[in-house]
Amino acid sequence: MPPPAPILRMSGIGKQFPGVKALDGVDLRLLPGEVHALMGENGAGKSTLIKVLTGVHPIDAGTIELDGRAVAFTSPLEAQQAGISTVYQEVNLCTNLSVAENIFVGREPRRRGRIDWPRMRARAVELLARLDLRLDVSAPLSAYSLAVQQMVAIARAIDIDAKVLILDEPTSSLDAGEVEQLFQVMRNLKEEGIAILFVSHFLDQVYEISDRMTILRNGRLVGEYLTRELPQVELVAKMIGQELAALEKLHGEAKEFGSPLVEARGLGRAGAIEPFSLTIHEGEVVGLAGLLGSGRTEIARLLFGADHAGTGEVAVGGTPVSLRTPRAAMNHKIAFCSENRKSDGLIPDLTVRENIVLALQATRGWTRPVPREQQDELVGRYVAALKINPADPERLVRDLSGGNQQKVVLARWLILEPRLLILDEPTRGIDVGAKTEIQRLVTQLSDGGMAVLFISAELEEVLRLSHKVEVLRDRRLVAELPNDDDLTSDVLMETIASGGRAS
Amino acid sequence: MKRLLWPVVVLLLLLVVNLVFTQNFFSIQMRDGHLYGSLIDILRFGAPLILVSLGMTLVIATGGIDLSVGSVVAIAGALACLQISEDASLFTAVALALALSVLLGAWNGVLVAVVGIQPIIATLILMVAGRGLAQLITDGQIITVNSASYKVIGGGYWLTVPFSIILVLVVLAITAFLTRRLALGLLIESVGGNAEASRLAGIRSRGIIIMVYAFAALCAGVAGLMISSNVSSADGNNAGLWIELDAILAVVIGGTSLSGGRFSLGGTVLGALIIQTLTTTIYSIGVPPETTLLFKALVVTAVCLIQSASFRAKVFGRRGRAAPPSPAAPEEKVRVTA
Repeated sequence: MPPPAPILRMSGIGKQFPGVKALDGVDLRLLPGEVHALMGENGAGKSTLIKVLTGVHPIDAGTIELDGRAVAFTSPLEAQQAGISTVYQEVNLCTNLSVAENIFVGREPRRRGRIDWPRMRARAVELLARLDLRLDVSAPLSAYSLAVQQMVAIARAIDIDAKVLILDEPTSSLDAGEVEQLFQVMRNLKEEGIAILFVSHFLDQVYEISDRMTILRNGRLVGEYLTRELPQVELVAKMIGQELAALEKLHGEAKEFGSPLVEARGLGRAGAIEPFSLTIHEGEVVGLAGLLGSGRTEIARLLFGADHAGTGEVAVGGTPVSLRTPRAAMNHKIAFCSENRKSDGLIPDLTVRENIVLALQATRGWTRPVPREQQDELVGRYVAALKINPADPERLVRDLSGGNQQKVVLARWLILEPRLLILDEPTRGIDVGAKTEIQRLVTQLSDGGMAVLFISAELEEVLRLSHKVEVLRDRRLVAELPNDDDLTSDVLMETIASGGRAS
Repeated sequence: MKRLLWPVVVLLLLLVVNLVFTQNFFSIQMRDGHLYGSLIDILRFGAPLILVSLGMTLVIATGGIDLSVGSVVAIAGALACLQISEDASLFTAVALALALSVLLGAWNGVLVAVVGIQPIIATLILMVAGRGLAQLITDGQIITVNSASYKVIGGGYWLTVPFSIILVLVVLAITAFLTRRLALGLLIESVGGNAEASRLAGIRSRGIIIMVYAFAALCAGVAGLMISSNVSSADGNNAGLWIELDAILAVVIGGTSLSGGRFSLGGTVLGALIIQTLTTTIYSIGVPPETTLLFKALVVTAVCLIQSASFRAKVFGRRGRAAPPSPAAPEEKVRVTA
């Protein structure tokens, strides 16, 4: 079958940022009615490519052709009007406005200068129906789940006669069922002849949905491939530029542990998590498995004092303690890398160095600054150890890519040398290379005697790292399973599904 | 620093305008062992505004705002003058006035950080009520005092330099020390940059917020002493009237964002000097009194616009349009397997 003419063709794209060559001779073509995956590690240039395509940044070299005509957008609005719509990773909608308002904000249907509310609602319903979605369009967006909000963002994007739809990490905060729903929508749009550019770090999803992919590495083009002709292992190898060592199970045998480090007894908080008991030993990696919203994060926040526990007690090293605030938990050497690094982790306006020393400085109070030499030494050490890129401590943290931002948050806690490190989805939204690095780090830390509470939506990852797995369901801790040879992701999934102490 | 470039340019521009209208504008003379000159006057009369703006900078950096500083100026001046008129020692008068200022600032801080009222509302309470408090202290009268030692604070000289300028330098040095040599600045910027993330990093933001409001009020208190000392009287109604707005403006011109986060003390000082120089300019070039406010508004608008990079780009068209088409890349570099 001869391929149809590409709707979009970018050739020889180059983009220079001060000190960095972000893109160098990159080509990309999108065919109508295909899902095209844009693959690459963090910092490979995926975001930059999307940004130059949608007019956020001007290009330094190369040409962009839409429908055979050369174009150069100077703003995302222009790109949108030409038919290129983007839905970003973090949903850029206003949750306090209604669904219909969100879809039409900025281009409300008007009649004699006033907003035509009935028509706006009717068109919103129509648009959502195209995505197989039936919502109350006058309800505030906040009434719906993140997945539905994502779809609303897509509805907003395709309303503008989209020819090209760019989905940047649309699945990173969705659970399996929601991802399936999103994919169904994508298939429908594909049928309509829309070209979809899909960016995701989940290889399984890329293989499930995409027809073709373009791989970038270090701002350069690696190549364009048909998805079905490129085995996963080869894809990973092309992305990181080397053969990936077999992803072995990092923790095989069940170790004998010494004294318990943190013991929670009947700890709970109304509306968040039912009372649970949990013991974490020194040097132990405890995995938390469960669906999104099953109470994983809630457990982490209680153990860190980010929320107040309604019931129960916690003992650290055998002595009962009160974890009323994060500071109290930090005094007991408990650290917490939160799931949402943007809202709960980073201070975007501060530099990498300042973000890394922040928790250490907080424990010392403002009167005893960390001496600059010590800061530089600590930061330099962790920037090198975690391979934070770019390795410039004075760069604003907002300018770093997601994976590197995650490493900055990690470094902030590691310099405190915690005894218990709570990692809530530390590998979400980051690429394979950084993911393996973080997993290795967890193993190293626990071998060094640090206890780790590891939360992840990816069961495989939980299984590979943990010594024991706690299973959550509907805000209740339903099972504790030792991670032996019998424990597979199938068993885990069954346990989650059955919610019992079976298996 | 690059981000202070535009405030410096604007300030120099204003000074040059003055030079055109006033001969000897830049000359500084020695008279009776005191420094005299227009530039010295700008610094001297600008001193209270610089002080208030310094405190305001820290408040704004935490993502807050303090509308009550003008009232605190009046209260501090009123209490000090009352004490002096009742024959209290200078030390007692100053100490009481500053202690009350700190207390009022801490009240603001508690409303914001503990009770959780939005800063603009929390400080609006004291902005309005504080004028009443000042009236209460002065019993509705304008208290005049006749104390040579009190006069020194706002109108005196020390080692040929106006005492108020020295006071500003001392406060500036202390502020810079606390925020940049110690870690207060980092924690303030962190709280202003992302309050929840700061809490989860173990920062006790309540204490920090209460402290910056108390500090802002302390600065306002000192400014209040200066203003009342300079005229040897306390006017509960008009002392420090609208100074909070000038201070906010000074902070913004100095490059600190109203949404909190990064702050620049140097920028704030420049901002305050720009505003004071503008006031001086208005008098020296003879703008009719009824249009001074309008004139000031126009200049400030122009200053704000010229500082905005996107505005400059639009007007002066310095933004490179789309790059010239470069030689087309070799066709079909892509390995297509379809």
